Amino acid sequence: MIEIVEKKEIGAVTNEVRVEFAAVSDNESFARMAVAAFITPLNPTLEELSDVKTAVSEAVTNAVIHGYENRGERNDKVFMTCVLRGDVLEVEIADQGVGIEDVDAAMTPLYTTKPDMDRSGMGFAFMEAFMDDLEVRSEPGRGTNVRMCKKIGTHPWVGSED
Amino acid sequence: MEDFKVINNYLMIRMPEEIDHHESVDISSKADRYIMSGRVENVVFDFERTTFMDSSGVGIILGRYKKVSCFGGKVYAVNADSRIRRILLMSGLQNIVEIMDPKKKCGEVLQ
Repeated sequence: MIEIVEKKEIGAVTNEVRVEFAAVSDNESFARMAVAAFITPLNPTLEELSDVKTAVSEAVTNAVIHGYENRGERNDKVFMTCVLRGDVLEVEIADQGVGIEDVDAAMTPLYTTKPDMDRSGMGFAFMEAFMDDLEVRSEPGRGTNVRMCKKIGTHPWVGSED
Repeated sequence: MEDFKVINNYLMIRMPEEIDHHESVDISSKADRYIMSGRVENVVFDFERTTFMDSSGVGIILGRYKKVSCFGGKVYAVNADSRIRRILLMSGLQNIVEIMDPKKKCGEVLQ
C-alpha cells in the first residue's frame, strides 16, 4: 500500500509519503530506493543520496532482523514515513516488533545481539553519522520507532538558469 | 565472470552492485563453503561493481576475517570507491583488512 499525500504551503511540510511494507529482507532495497526517489526533486549530491540510502537501509534491516526477529512473515509490517520540510528530509521507520530493552546499549558502535549472524553492530552508528539527527524510541514488546533528519542540497545547484 | 573464484589459495569474491542484509546472507554462506573446503587461505573482496553498501558488508568481511585469520589467512579489499572506503574506515576495518589502492587490479594482490 502506497499513499502519497502532497500538501503545498500547509505549515512547513512541502511533501509527505507514507509506505507500509512486509518485514522481509527483499524490501530493504525497496525502502532505500523509495526514499532516494522522494528526495530527487531537492537535487541531492551523490554523497547525500548515498548517506540517506545507507541510513534507511540500516533502520529497515534492524526492523526486519531485530524487531521482527527475521521471521519473514508477511503480516509483520514496517511503516515508513518521509516528510519534507523545505530542504529538510525527515524519515521515520517504525515496527511493532519486540522492541529494544536498552536503547543506549543498542546504539553503542559494535554492539550487537546477533554476532553469529555476521551483524557488525554498526547500524545505529551509521545512521547517526550519515544523518544530521537521530532519535530512537522503543518499548519492549511494543516496537521501535527511529526518526532521522537530514538537510538536503547543502551545495547550491550551479546548473539552474531560472 | 564467476562471482567466486579460487586462484592459488586466494578466494576472490566479486561483490554485487548493492550489498545489504538481503544479499549478505547468500554471499557469506557461499564464501564459507569455499573456506571450509580447505582450499582457501586468504579472501579478496572485489568492490569494482559495487555502488551501495551498508553495515551488512562490514559484517560479511568481519565474519570471513574471523574464519581465515585463525589459520593465518589475510583479507583484502580491492576496487573500493570513496563511499565504500568511508564505510570500511568508519568501522575500523583497516586494522584487519588490507584495503588496496583503487588503481591496483585484483590480480596484483596475488603477486
